[in-house]
Amino acid sequence: MACFLVPAAEAVVTTIATKVMKSKEANPETVKVQLDGAELVEEEKIPFSRKLGWLNKLLWGGSALLAFEHVWHGEVVPWFPFLTAASNPADAAEMLHEMSTAGVTMAVLVTAVWAGMLIVSSVIEKRAKKALPAES
Amino acid sequence: MTLLTTVFAAVICTVIWYKGAPKSEMKVGVLCWMYWGASLMWLVDAIFEYAELHEEYFTPAPADMLNDFYLGLSVVALGLVIWLIILLVKDPKGVVKAALFRKKN
Repeated sequence: MACFLVPAAEAVVTTIATKVMKSKEANPETVKVQLDGAELVEEEKIPFSRKLGWLNKLLWGGSALLAFEHVWHGEVVPWFPFLTAASNPADAAEMLHEMSTAGVTMAVLVTAVWAGMLIVSSVIEKRAKKALPAES
Repeated sequence: MTLLTTVFAAVICTVIWYKGAPKSEMKVGVLCWMYWGASLMWLVDAIFEYAELHEEYFTPAPADMLNDFYLGLSVVALGLVIWLIILLVKDPKGVVKAALFRKKN
């Protein structure tokens, strides 16, 4: 009914957080890594604001496509109150229930997948550092 | 069916992105994020639907399946349009700029 509004609201918050973080971040740390197992190259370590950007893209992209699905099913309309379920109290209650169950679960799952990506990227970064030959 | 269509789109885009990485001249990453985000959200939808319908969830009526597939294709098309707009606006290869401003001899 309007479950996509929950991840969309999260996307607004994380986008603002990304902008604030980006403005406060200092120059990114540089590390030497072997990207293809051959030459050592100096690469910038990905700053946290960019990693938060991954979550933004997942949330915005998913919410946009889900919003289209709701338009398809006639649950979102281009006139006030925009959500057909909001026009009567019984449907509105059902909509709020769906937002608090499916909507919240969507936001949590996307955030959990992003957290998993952070863990994996941190492991890859650590491995790349460990694989370096001892600098003389 | 919508979930399945989006997952296939996400997998294909990720393979294309991986082939072109680390360069991202075509901004295929945008499509990956969009389709994976939508796939995760529809997965939740599917789980909730399964909890309600149980085994009936796996035997949808042909008309419903066709409608869902049609929706899935439309979603993929919308994603492609959004990606194309982002590509043309960001113009990483400078093609649009080159077309707008021709060099004066």
